[in-house]
Amino acid sequence: MLLPIIVTFLLAFLMLLLKPQKFLRFFKFICVVPLLLFLYLLTYLPSVYQGTKSIFFKNEWIPSLGISLDFKIDGLSMLFGLMITGIGTLIYLYAAEYLKRDENIHRFYCYLTLFMGAMLGVVLSDNLITLFVFWELTSISSFFLIGYNTDQEASRKSAMWALGLTGLGGFFMLASFALIGIVAGTYSLNELLAYPDVLLNNQYYYIIIFLLFAGAFTKSAQFPFHFWLPGAMKAPTPVSAYLHSATMVKAGIYILARFSPILGGDTVWNDTLMIVGGITMVMGAVLSVFHKDMKGLLAYSTISALGIIVFLIGIGTETSLYAACTFILVHALYKATLFLITGIVDHATHTRDLSVLRGLRKVMPVIAIAGFIAALSSAGIPFTFGFLSKELIYGVSTDGIWTQETVFVLTGIALLTNIFLTSSGFLAGIRPFFGKLPKEFEKIKKPNFYLWFPPVLLSALTLLFGIVPSIIDQSILKSATISVLGTSTQMYLSLWHGFNLVLLLSAITIVLGILLYLVIKPSSRNESRLKGLDDFSPQTILTSIALGIRWFAFRYTRFFHNGYLRVYIMFIVIFFTGIVGYKLFADVPLRVNTEDLSAFRIYEFTVFVITIIAIYFITSTTSRLTSIAALGVIGYSICLIFVFYGAPDLAMTQFAIDTLTVVLFVLVLFKLPPFLKFTNKKIQFRDGVISVCFGILISLITLQALVSPADKSVSKFYADNAYILAKGKNVVNVILVDFRGFDTMIETIVLSIAAVGVYSILKYKTQDGEKSE
Amino acid sequence: MEKNRNNERLDKTILRTSTNYLLPLLILFSIFLLIRGHYLPGGGFVGGLVASIAFVLHSFAYSPTQTVKMFSIKPFFVIPTGLMLCFFSGMLPALLGYPFMSGVWFADNVVAIGAFGSALIFDIGVYMVVIGVVLTILFTISENT
Amino acid sequence: MELLLVILVGAFYSAGIYMMFRRSMVKLLMGLLLLGNGANILIFLMGGLTKGKAPIIRPENSKFLEVYADPVPQALILTAIVISFALTAFAIVLLKRVYTTTGSDDLDSLNIQDLDI
Repeated sequence: MLLPIIVTFLLAFLMLLLKPQKFLRFFKFICVVPLLLFLYLLTYLPSVYQGTKSIFFKNEWIPSLGISLDFKIDGLSMLFGLMITGIGTLIYLYAAEYLKRDENIHRFYCYLTLFMGAMLGVVLSDNLITLFVFWELTSISSFFLIGYNTDQEASRKSAMWALGLTGLGGFFMLASFALIGIVAGTYSLNELLAYPDVLLNNQYYYIIIFLLFAGAFTKSAQFPFHFWLPGAMKAPTPVSAYLHSATMVKAGIYILARFSPILGGDTVWNDTLMIVGGITMVMGAVLSVFHKDMKGLLAYSTISALGIIVFLIGIGTETSLYAACTFILVHALYKATLFLITGIVDHATHTRDLSVLRGLRKVMPVIAIAGFIAALSSAGIPFTFGFLSKELIYGVSTDGIWTQETVFVLTGIALLTNIFLTSSGFLAGIRPFFGKLPKEFEKIKKPNFYLWFPPVLLSALTLLFGIVPSIIDQSILKSATISVLGTSTQMYLSLWHGFNLVLLLSAITIVLGILLYLVIKPSSRNESRLKGLDDFSPQTILTSIALGIRWFAFRYTRFFHNGYLRVYIMFIVIFFTGIVGYKLFADVPLRVNTEDLSAFRIYEFTVFVITIIAIYFITSTTSRLTSIAALGVIGYSICLIFVFYGAPDLAMTQFAIDTLTVVLFVLVLFKLPPFLKFTNKKIQFRDGVISVCFGILISLITLQALVSPADKSVSKFYADNAYILAKGKNVVNVILVDFRGFDTMIETIVLSIAAVGVYSILKYKTQDGEKSE
Repeated sequence: MEKNRNNERLDKTILRTSTNYLLPLLILFSIFLLIRGHYLPGGGFVGGLVASIAFVLHSFAYSPTQTVKMFSIKPFFVIPTGLMLCFFSGMLPALLGYPFMSGVWFADNVVAIGAFGSALIFDIGVYMVVIGVVLTILFTISENT
Repeated sequence: MELLLVILVGAFYSAGIYMMFRRSMVKLLMGLLLLGNGANILIFLMGGLTKGKAPIIRPENSKFLEVYADPVPQALILTAIVISFALTAFAIVLLKRVYTTTGSDDLDSLNIQDLDI
């Protein structure tokens, strides 16, 4: 399994080589890639179907950290894998036509293929860390796909939002995975499945599940992180159809389903999922019908559908998990169809405004039929696949295990959601095609094969699975449910359960949904009413938090990185003085061994006093010449100190260098203005205090360092061997030119560089001309 | 105006006359420092610095351009020569089969110098680099201000 | 004498830092030189003070027969002195160039571009 995924990634980058000017007609054939993957997965279907056992592919990656590239195919992976590759094939075909005028289409295919490979990695990985890596790859490739229209600001912004939110969620999920790894000692899903109790009874259990929820909810657009999904509709329609309805947003669902047998069973797990899923499904469904933009409407109904799945996983009974698995497929089929239809309509009429689009069945009848079937499926009308899942959902909510009140609540919200979803499905799938065709749309050309084939095939499947459910339920859905449930199941899909409460609820849903559809007229007024809600939306809150962080960062940077060199130095000096001073006084007892110190003669003291006076002059004078002279005095005083204490070489060098430095300063500074008094007394005093503190600290450190004698072994080696090995008697010179000759050679190079630097600075004239010298 | 120029010429007469005698003396002294460096205080650095001070003095008495004229080459080109010499002294032992920069000497001591070997060649290289660097820096600055 | 030198090191460091706090570029450079001098004395001090005995072997001997000043710090300082001259030369030329380009010796006047990039 490793090979196909790696090949997918490689192919993704190879696609960048296909220049659209030359190879445009080849893009239709790229759909072979997902198709082959689809067929490859299908070959494993019989073995998955036969038992609860899963197929395992072992690949080492970083064994020392417990990270492997192990892949596993079980029912759930199979369901997702087939969806990803199957719908992927159709999307690849569709996009080749949809984007044929786009000059960056090769990039689009690269991103799309990266995404598909990453998504397959997510659903097939057995190792949590590998799963996380693929998970992040889906976020990143999704970022590129949402922001595909790079010249539109809205597109770029929503890409940032999507990446920010899913990235943040991924971060939490990594933390959760790391905790799981620490607690359970393994990152392998297979091993975790074998011992679920280890995690369930651990003290970190709640932290683990909430971190996991953060990851799953952001990815699957659950309340309150739902708002990135409508924003992501800025992407080209094939992307919306593929990533943001059928596959990527279901990655969060996948995680929840995958961990259901490992972490599920606790009431907190169930209640959180039910509450969040419940809020999301009702909110998404209600908000969806007020949109007049087809994609906006579909985005909210997708949020609602994702809420339903989370809700069902939260309930966690055998029926509900079965319903969840079924609904995942049902939703993928009809929602992808609706999105693709939206794309076709948009492509042909250049609008997605539901208040304008009418009567299109006359110009695109095939599409109208596909839309009709998809709408029926979303409404749950009999003989469509949607009907079966709706029956199951009501079956869950009216299950005998609940108390009377719970049944009312669960059924109530399920009913509410389904009514609104029914009408929103009708709005998207039926409304544009019925009624009177406006004049401007009469000349529309029929969409060609590559555009109409994918939605038609999907709606045909919806119809097929609706009429003959046994094709799908025994082969995939059952084994998927088994892997979510952890035990075997006897559930099956059937068309007819007899006249019972569930059928009645379905009927009520359909009737009320159709009524609602007839009442609601898409208009700008409805949409503008929704705008009022924005003030309280999570997005507004997050935006203000982000702005706050930016403000803080700006202030913080302005304070520390303000462009004043002296302030930087001041911060460093104060910090250093504070830390080292504190450590010195707190931990180290100050010891000064007065016996080791030598006495000083009167001439030494004189030199000392002269130096101090010169230092004072240099800091206080306003005349440049005085300060240069003082600098010279300091240099010669140091020279004398070297003479006193046995360093004639140093004394000579210092003397020569000092002379040259003074010459240098005089040459240059004579042309510069006199020192200006920039600062007032207060600041001077403050600086004085800081620098004196620093000087005292240095003195104290020096004094402490004097207590412990220096290591003389190196000096002794040089001194002993100067004549024997290097035939020289001036040890300092022998060290410089012989023992450490290499250093001296480097030093001469440094000197040369300085000379070249000086030369080039002075000889080189800037182009824009400088002030006369 | 005329008086000023006269003054300037007069001002520098003493300096120029003394420089004429000091320059060769200082150069000789710097070479003396360079050669005895291995046995007594001195060496390439100090020698080079003293020599450059001598030239700076000359350039003060006359002008940098006249000082440069005394050389047949620009001070800038003394630097690479010195560097090459340093490198050559390092490579010399390598040619004889020892590691890079290990010291090699002639068997017999030379009069007034002592042991003559790679270390002294190296020191001469340093001497030249120092002269080249200091003079390049100072002359470039005085030409451009 | 060590005590005097310790005080001198402290004085060099304080004066150097104080000069670096000033707005003038020339003062900044002088502060840097003072710090360098302070560091040289510090290194010299760390080698231990030995009065009047240079690390030079007497011509008649081939080994030290008496105490001698530590040659290693001296070699270090010698290098440092020469390098600091090169640094000074480079810095002062740079400074002059800045002055001729901007017409100001004030460090703060170079500060504008930090805000506007």
